[in-house]
Amino acid sequence: MTGLTINGVTAGYGDVTVLQDVSFNVAAPGITAVIGSNGAGKTTLLRALSGLIRPNAGRIALGGAELAGQAPDAFVATGIAHVPEGRRLFAGMTVEDNLMMGAFSRRLPASALREELDAVYALFPRLAERRKQDAVSMSGGEQQMCAIGRGLMAKPKVMLIDELSLGLAPVAVDVLVDALTRLAADGLGLLVVEQDVAVAFDLASQIVVLDRGRVTRTGPSASVAADPAVRAAYLGEA
Amino acid sequence: MKTLSSSPWIGPVLALAGGAILAFGLPVLVGDQAYLLRLATQLALLVTLAIAWNLVGGFTGYPSFATAAFFGLGAYAIAVAQQAGWPAWSGFLLAAVLSALLAAPFGFAILRLRGHYFAIASLMLVTILKEVTTGWSDLTGGGMGINLPGAGGNPTAIATVALETMVILAAAALALSMIVAKGRLGFGLACIRMNETAAMGAGIDAPRLKTIAFTLSAAICGLAGATYARWIGYIDPSDVYDVMWSVRPIIAALIGGVGTVFGPVVGSIVYIAFEELMWRNLLTFGTGALGVLIALLVLLLPAGIIPGILRRRAS
Repeated sequence: MTGLTINGVTAGYGDVTVLQDVSFNVAAPGITAVIGSNGAGKTTLLRALSGLIRPNAGRIALGGAELAGQAPDAFVATGIAHVPEGRRLFAGMTVEDNLMMGAFSRRLPASALREELDAVYALFPRLAERRKQDAVSMSGGEQQMCAIGRGLMAKPKVMLIDELSLGLAPVAVDVLVDALTRLAADGLGLLVVEQDVAVAFDLASQIVVLDRGRVTRTGPSASVAADPAVRAAYLGEA
Repeated sequence: MKTLSSSPWIGPVLALAGGAILAFGLPVLVGDQAYLLRLATQLALLVTLAIAWNLVGGFTGYPSFATAAFFGLGAYAIAVAQQAGWPAWSGFLLAAVLSALLAAPFGFAILRLRGHYFAIASLMLVTILKEVTTGWSDLTGGGMGINLPGAGGNPTAIATVALETMVILAAAALALSMIVAKGRLGFGLACIRMNETAAMGAGIDAPRLKTIAFTLSAAICGLAGATYARWIGYIDPSDVYDVMWSVRPIIAALIGGVGTVFGPVVGSIVYIAFEELMWRNLLTFGTGALGVLIALLVLLLPAGIIPGILRRRAS
């Protein structure tokens, strides 16, 4: 299995340790979802996995390349793209510029860049309609498409998506789930942080449950979804 | 931000050609009128420094006050080189190289600070270099200053050469700024300015790009300082390390439009015109009037003249 291997990662901010000895694998191709309550460390996990914070201990490896301790651009160059929480698109830049920016470090010739842009537009036709529009003037769902498209332009092996569905209309979530399913079928590994546990179970084949900085459960979606403890904690069932 | 396909070389070539015509045409027009020669040289100097500042303060969004540091370093580099008997071109080269060599590690270190913290750290370099220059009197003449040999000739000839050099430098800086703005570097810097975390998350090596911008800017400031030193013929630390060399380019860029290619040019023209009018007519209230101008600009054209015009045309 090629994919992202996370082994004993401990990370935090200054003296505050958020993640404690986190280990799991992200299969590529495949979709893995991280669920957990607020403050469980989901965003910190993705920040560590994209190099935005340096772990204090542990290993992060993608297809044999050790990444822990390296700069964010090395993570991107090796094949990890991060779609941050709240999309973080570049205001004042068009949709197309935002997408092109995802390919920044690859120095593509114009024709290859064009082809990859067209592939993103084929995945999300809405973006093609709005390519010359200021990216942040779009709806939340369209912005999320643009952020995912920007991630794809880095040609990742594994893409990390923080809060996929947060604040989006259900119809937009459906479009995104379809697109991610197709991407995984085409060979991409996905690690999705998802507040909505129902969406997570529906989308992912593997689930990682994060609780106060520790992994408390990993497993196939169906078995985690059937676990009474998980149902009680995250679906409010008695 | 235009697409990569629109031909990126027309603007820079026009800027250089226009600069060459201006550089050798202006002295013919102005002749030996010392005041106009001086005014045009001052304008070209301010344009150069404002464009250099804009690479860091405008494109990248890091408000640097280090302009005076590299300006002074460039001035002293050429002065010391000339005292040692080096030819002029090597003095210019030394000014640019020394500024860049200092800027790269210093910039890399302080560009991890943001906002006010970065501004204060960059200002610190001006003070440090001023103290070092004053203290190292064997080499620099200390507080007594330093003369540039060969500057004792015909004053009109010196002023003419200074104008030509300064205008060509300004045109080259403008051409460089156009190339940066249209290219990969400018694209990356714009992303850093808008959201550095997202830029890094998307694979932009932000520390490297910021350092490149800071280093380019410093080399231009060093060359401007060297040109200034040869023009004036005598420099001392309190003149070339005056913090006003940092402040005036910022005001000029603010007037014209921070982060635009032509903003620093337009802003410098407005600033110099205003400064001259005020000095001539309102000697006792000159600085106050400048304050009024800045307040009016903030109220009426908060983004500067060029973005203000573009917005009015768009609506």
